[in-house]
Amino acid sequence: MVRHKIVLHFPHEQVDKPVVSKLVRDYNLDFNILKASITPREEGLLVLEVTGEEADYDRGLEYLRSCGVDIQPLSQDIRRNEERCTHCGACLAVCPTEALRLDRETWEVRFSDDECVACELCVRACPPRAMEVHY
Amino acid sequence: MGKTIAEINERIRKGEAVVVTAEEIIDLVEEKGVEEVARTVDVVTTGTFGPMCSSGAFINLGHAQPRIKIHRAWLNEVPAYCGIAAVDIYIGATEMAEHDPLNEVFPGDFRYGGGHVIEDLVAGRRVHLRAEAYGTDCYPNRRWEKDITLEDVKEAWLFNPRNAYQNYNVAVNLSERVIYTYMGVLRPNLGNANYCSAGQLSPLLNDPLFRTIGIGTRIFLGGGVGYVAWHGTQHNTDVPRADNGTPTRPAGTIAVIGDLRGMNPRYLTGYSILGYGATLAVGIGIPIPVLDEEVVRYAAVRDADITAPVVDYSVDYPQGTGRVLGEVTYAELKSGRIVVEGKEVPTAPLSSYSRAREIAGILKDWIRQGRFLLTEPVELLPCAAREKGVR
Ligand code: SF4
Ligand code: SF4
Repeated sequence: MVRHKIVLHFPHEQVDKPVVSKLVRDYNLDFNILKASITPREEGLLVLEVTGEEADYDRGLEYLRSCGVDIQPLSQDIRRNEERCTHCGACLAVCPTEALRLDRETWEVRFSDDECVACELCVRACPPRAMEVHY
Repeated sequence: MGKTIAEINERIRKGEAVVVTAEEIIDLVEEKGVEEVARTVDVVTTGTFGPMCSSGAFINLGHAQPRIKIHRAWLNEVPAYCGIAAVDIYIGATEMAEHDPLNEVFPGDFRYGGGHVIEDLVAGRRVHLRAEAYGTDCYPNRRWEKDITLEDVKEAWLFNPRNAYQNYNVAVNLSERVIYTYMGVLRPNLGNANYCSAGQLSPLLNDPLFRTIGIGTRIFLGGGVGYVAWHGTQHNTDVPRADNGTPTRPAGTIAVIGDLRGMNPRYLTGYSILGYGATLAVGIGIPIPVLDEEVVRYAAVRDADITAPVVDYSVDYPQGTGRVLGEVTYAELKSGRIVVEGKEVPTAPLSSYSRAREIAGILKDWIRQGRFLLTEPVELLPCAAREKGVR
């Protein structure tokens, strides 16, 4: 048995198709959806915890890739260097989830770990480079 | 009825000055009216913190032994301008470190440039100097290398030829591909709209006709004290304006100067703009003396009454077509969504409003504590609208 956390990026044309449900039906895999969203670019983004036999897992992922789904392990941890963050807001333009949000009282940008899917889009878009990838 | 700057300074010295921020004055005017606020308030403080590319620092390195007339110099491998006297150099915010891949692998990272050198110096970190010369009878030395710090150079002044833009474009992307601009990452098909102004807190939007801000105005600069040196490059006051006097296009600018010593990296931060370049985020706060009711009326301007142009950065800006897609207010921009060409577009700022607020607050404290006196401008900045007597 294996258990992995993975991040799936669905291309625009795959968003409406039930590709993930096939994982259960055809590959005997169990999954837990940790996060699902459609990015502002209308790509689907899904963070799953997948459990099953190793061989099934490998075949399941193979199948997803063949559907054009991009798969990344959720192994990195994104952290914000609070000292460097200037609360400019540039990252809001790229974050596909609600992990980076503008608090309209304090006008500070809130980072919530829980909602971060470690896509890393904010890392290079952050002007003072406050978003850091830790392995 | 009116006050003079001398009278206001007298009250500041006695610790009696009433100071409010450009945000606080909005509600105050709503509550008490322009006339009472003009009578009771002495100073309005403003603030802004954002990337300002036209920035840099003059440094005099002190003389080497034997002496050198520097022909080429690098600070942490970032080239500095040397075409002035022997050991005077100018480090510009957007200059990139030698051998940086720039945009060869697109979009480039632009990790370290002149803005970062300035931040490092202000943070008290050592910076490596490498200098070359051709040698003269009076300056025989041809090579000079050493670590410098802000402490041990002879002089170091921030001198920014264009800062604090009065209003700015809202950048969008009409094309089909992601573009990387000085206004940040712009996603295709109107994927997002980025803006860059503190709006109602922004210094030059609170004195839209430059009635009080002029040459010699003492300001908060990068966490220390600086001065308005001149109008900034591209200063343009002959622009369309709203009824409240605020320009509806990018308009006035200021050139500012101040001693780097005493500044703080929190308000002078090196930025790397993906695919564009390095720059420096600068914090500026300007005090506006409440000389009359007119000053109050202008300073009480609110986000809902300040309008910015929406510009396409895929074709119109780079090609300089001058086309404007529409106009939106800062209140709309700050709500998180605007409508452009019938489409809802999420917004993101590049100018830190929380830090702008912080700066206006610090300046307010300095003045209240009697540590910061106002100056009489030596000369007002040119302003077509004021000179024509508009309003
Ligand atoms: S882009 Fe970076 S500095 Fe700006 S708010 Fe986001 S994390 Fe903070
Ligand atoms: S890595 Fe950055 S952009 Fe991606 S989800 Fe996390 S916070 Fe948002």
